[in-house]
Amino acid sequence: MPSALEKTLIVMPAFNEEASVAAVVREVFTKLPGVTVLVVDDGSSDATTREARGAGALVATLPFNLGVGGAMRTGFRYALANGFDNVVQVDSDGQHDPSNVPELLDGLDSADLVLGARFAGEGDYVVRGPRQWAMKALAMFLSKTAKTTLTDTTSGYRASGPRCVALFATHYPAEYLGDTIEALVIAARAGCVIRQIPVSMRPRAGGVPSHHPFKAAAYLARAGMALVFALTRPASSLRVQSK
Amino acid sequence: MIVTPTTYIFGIISALLALGVVIELLRRRRLRERHAIWWLVAGVLALVVGVFPSTLQWAATLIGIEVPLNLVFFVSIAVLFLVCLQHSAELTRLEAKTRTLAELVALQDLRLRELEQRATENAED
Repeated sequence: MPSALEKTLIVMPAFNEEASVAAVVREVFTKLPGVTVLVVDDGSSDATTREARGAGALVATLPFNLGVGGAMRTGFRYALANGFDNVVQVDSDGQHDPSNVPELLDGLDSADLVLGARFAGEGDYVVRGPRQWAMKALAMFLSKTAKTTLTDTTSGYRASGPRCVALFATHYPAEYLGDTIEALVIAARAGCVIRQIPVSMRPRAGGVPSHHPFKAAAYLARAGMALVFALTRPASSLRVQSK
Repeated sequence: MIVTPTTYIFGIISALLALGVVIELLRRRRLRERHAIWWLVAGVLALVVGVFPSTLQWAATLIGIEVPLNLVFFVSIAVLFLVCLQHSAELTRLEAKTRTLAELVALQDLRLRELEQRATENAED
């Protein structure tokens, strides 16, 4: 399905990922011919921009760190301004296998937002302790909001269709965890159809993980807070012009 | 409540000084009106209470506060709290604006680069 790929923008938020970003970009080009890759350098202090540009990606360099949410909104804005129908978020640390992208895009035929879920049967991604409980609880609440079964709500591997791209270009949240959890709530409340498909995760190719085990408790609290505020926000603030 | 002539004058001068600073900042456009409103309210209240200490006594009795000074503390803390809250809200607004600007700067930078590249390619042809 080359036509869908040509209308698709792969957005890779990258913060200090010089070790892995070039390899990931090259892998995406090999596995997904015809696709456009936009690396959003989120205020990195290393050579992320140079590496990504060297690998042939388009690079938008943010002047300072905005977090994944800011990087992604930049990507959605670019997609909207340049006529891309779909946006697929792929991590620049090599965790996401680009060969799942066509499946995610297929899912967009019947949905506006497709999540690549890590616990839906494929791969061997494991988390334990409070973080696992937090993820389970989140999945339960968000499944209700989205009116579908979601098992991995904090997955960054997701494809957005035209409706969600237009919505997210103005409403993608910037807060920590907001980019994954609140984005789902925003999409669900704006009437977007959400689905998930199983994907496998790989270990990181390089870079420093953004979560440390000892931050699990803080993660739980912040995830809960993000969810509560996302659900209680006035719905009227989520207007988007229909195309 | 005992008000000696010195404390009476000290109170009025303090209130006038505070009001004077706020008004001067406003006059020089160093302070925007919407940020100055609580400071103005506090300054005027302090001046009224300074000139007519009986108003404080009256207000305290009205609410049922035995020691009028406690009303002063309560109102002061309330004003500081509101100003603080206003600043936090303002900071959030500014952050959102900065974020949007940063995103647009990055996108324009990318567009410029693409245009430059196209211009060089055209020049080479």
